[in-house]
Amino acid sequence: MNIHEYQAKQVLKGFGAPVANGVALTSLDQAEAAVDALPGPVWVVKSQIHAGGRGKGKFKELGDDAKGGVRVSFSREEALANIHEMFGKTLVTNQTGESGKQVNRLYIEDGADIDRELYLSILVDRETGKVSFVVSTEGGMDIETVAHDTPEKITTIGITASTGCTDQDAAALADALALDGSARDQGMALFKTLYTAFTEKDMSLLEINPLIVTTSNDVQVLDAKVSFDGNALFRHPDIMELRDLTEEDEKEIEASKYDLAYIALDGEIGCMVNGAGLAMATMDIIKLYGAEPANFLDVGGGATTEKVTAAFKIITADDNVKGILVNIFGGIMRCDVIAEGVVQAAKDVQLTVPLVVRLEGTRVEEGKAILAESGLNLIPANDLDDAAQKIVKAVKG
Amino acid sequence: MSILINKDTKIIVQGLTGKTGTFHTEQALAYHGTQMVAGTHPKKGGETWSAADGTTLPLFTTVAEAKAETGANASVIYVPPAGAAAAITEAIDAGIELITCITEGVPVQDMVKVKEKLDASSSRLIGPNCPGLLTPEECKIGIMPSSIFRKGSVGVLSRSGTLTYEAVFQTSNAGLGQSTAVGIGGDPVKGTEFIDVLDMFLSDDETQSIIMIGEIGGSAEEEAAQFLIDEAKKGRSKPTVGFIAGRTSPPGRTMGHAGAVISGGKGGAEDKIAALQEAGVSVSPSPAQLGETLVKLLDS
Repeated sequence: MNIHEYQAKQVLKGFGAPVANGVALTSLDQAEAAVDALPGPVWVVKSQIHAGGRGKGKFKELGDDAKGGVRVSFSREEALANIHEMFGKTLVTNQTGESGKQVNRLYIEDGADIDRELYLSILVDRETGKVSFVVSTEGGMDIETVAHDTPEKITTIGITASTGCTDQDAAALADALALDGSARDQGMALFKTLYTAFTEKDMSLLEINPLIVTTSNDVQVLDAKVSFDGNALFRHPDIMELRDLTEEDEKEIEASKYDLAYIALDGEIGCMVNGAGLAMATMDIIKLYGAEPANFLDVGGGATTEKVTAAFKIITADDNVKGILVNIFGGIMRCDVIAEGVVQAAKDVQLTVPLVVRLEGTRVEEGKAILAESGLNLIPANDLDDAAQKIVKAVKG
Repeated sequence: MSILINKDTKIIVQGLTGKTGTFHTEQALAYHGTQMVAGTHPKKGGETWSAADGTTLPLFTTVAEAKAETGANASVIYVPPAGAAAAITEAIDAGIELITCITEGVPVQDMVKVKEKLDASSSRLIGPNCPGLLTPEECKIGIMPSSIFRKGSVGVLSRSGTLTYEAVFQTSNAGLGQSTAVGIGGDPVKGTEFIDVLDMFLSDDETQSIIMIGEIGGSAEEEAAQFLIDEAKKGRSKPTVGFIAGRTSPPGRTMGHAGAVISGGKGGAEDKIAALQEAGVSVSPSPAQLGETLVKLLDS
């Protein structure tokens, strides 16, 4: 789960990280109060969307000459003018796709006197199985570009879980970032603070780009991007409250209510599959036979008839769907449960598009019998190849 | 021979009393007499679990107690996500040799802590978020549908449960059968990686060929490819077919499995396919042609 920059900063501030003062606004009525709550003389107006590249992004409605999604303002009037110009507009960045994202929240922050811009992130390194810091002296730019062009400027330090971020780890990070004097002391404290925040809140990514050293040699978190491990949200109700549903696809929100892994795509063949690997492979094979998948959908191992019915409704709610492929290889998932769900759902939604069903695995005979006795007009398939060819043929003719 | 499990493997079920644990323990008991020897439950020690057919298993309060009483060397975990890490840790502390965690949705930082403990122990963990493993006609741990297996010569390993079944089903239909099938699981931090299992398959006499199924995210497939190259130089190699799921997956989205995400331009399917081909693996273009691709490779 992703959160906005201003929410991330509030979370980090709660752990004691140095963050500039700022005020978030969700409607233009709050604009004057927000600007007046900060002393100036510099206000930074930042678009709050769940995507990076905001500074270099362009507003669709404003033309190419307009400034980007993060604007430094040198007077109260300029700040207010920027707020009015940006709010409610659609910001297109290199991460939003062409359609962009509507800016429904702005964050107004105190300006900072920047001496150096650094990069810091914390993530779970899957190769070592450790929580790791990734730092670089090249802050403020795309870290993937740094990794590609100057990999020697990136330092990775893995943390041992049982000891946490030690003095030695913090010193190594400070060295890698060439921090000295007050910045070194503050940096070493900050690294430990960030590690604590990362582990206590079950973050999956914490990225500070840039982490700055000010002209007075203080360190400060200038930008913050935080994602949380969806599997750990059950123990963080405070974090759950930060979820912004306007940032998510409506069908994906509906799917999440039923604990279904669903991702909307642009194709014409709806898929319902059990198992993430098979669901991906089903998308791949549809493409191999010349059509495009409309979605990724893993009904999971513990699917019930209700869950399958919900999945079916979500798939058919997509107007682009011209046919549906149900592909089940039951292990933990029983074919009879899937079959009952398919029959129930097909009746509930009064299905009008072709439906190909391939069942294999645990209780497959019972499942096939339920489908055969249902009287539904569906196309049975023998195996995955057969299923993919049949649905593509049914849709493309 | 087979790898990891055989007819002598004795298994404790952690989380036996739940619906899932019960269903799959009944299935395992029915599979060529897989030696399910006990269950554990913190509050039901001393009681007895009964299968639908009347078979009973003793319940113990702890894994250590169950191991001491039954001589078990393996455990399988069906507990919910919040308690899964504690269950794995308990099995490690009890000195269980092979721990298999089926549970999906274990918080990744719980696994970071488990991994440190695991690395300092002599236990092996399969999973979490995996279907388990099966040696045909000898032993079944986990949730794989047993009807599709056939005793034979193909070693199957996969990050995906259901794609493991595809590989098993297709190699059975092709008349090859399996030596052992291992689902290593779809999470980013897990107990056993491709390399570990490939090493065992290369050493196993019964395994004459290998099917390895990867997916987008991380670099385990690339590391496996490098391992195969290095081992081939030492004269260790077997005909291997590969498949990578997720060629059509959009970057930046987590595709069901917590570990299946292309991030920062890394972990894409094409890079993995290229790495495997470089290592001499025949990569199947379709998940439906795993068996066919292997048959062609063996005939060539």
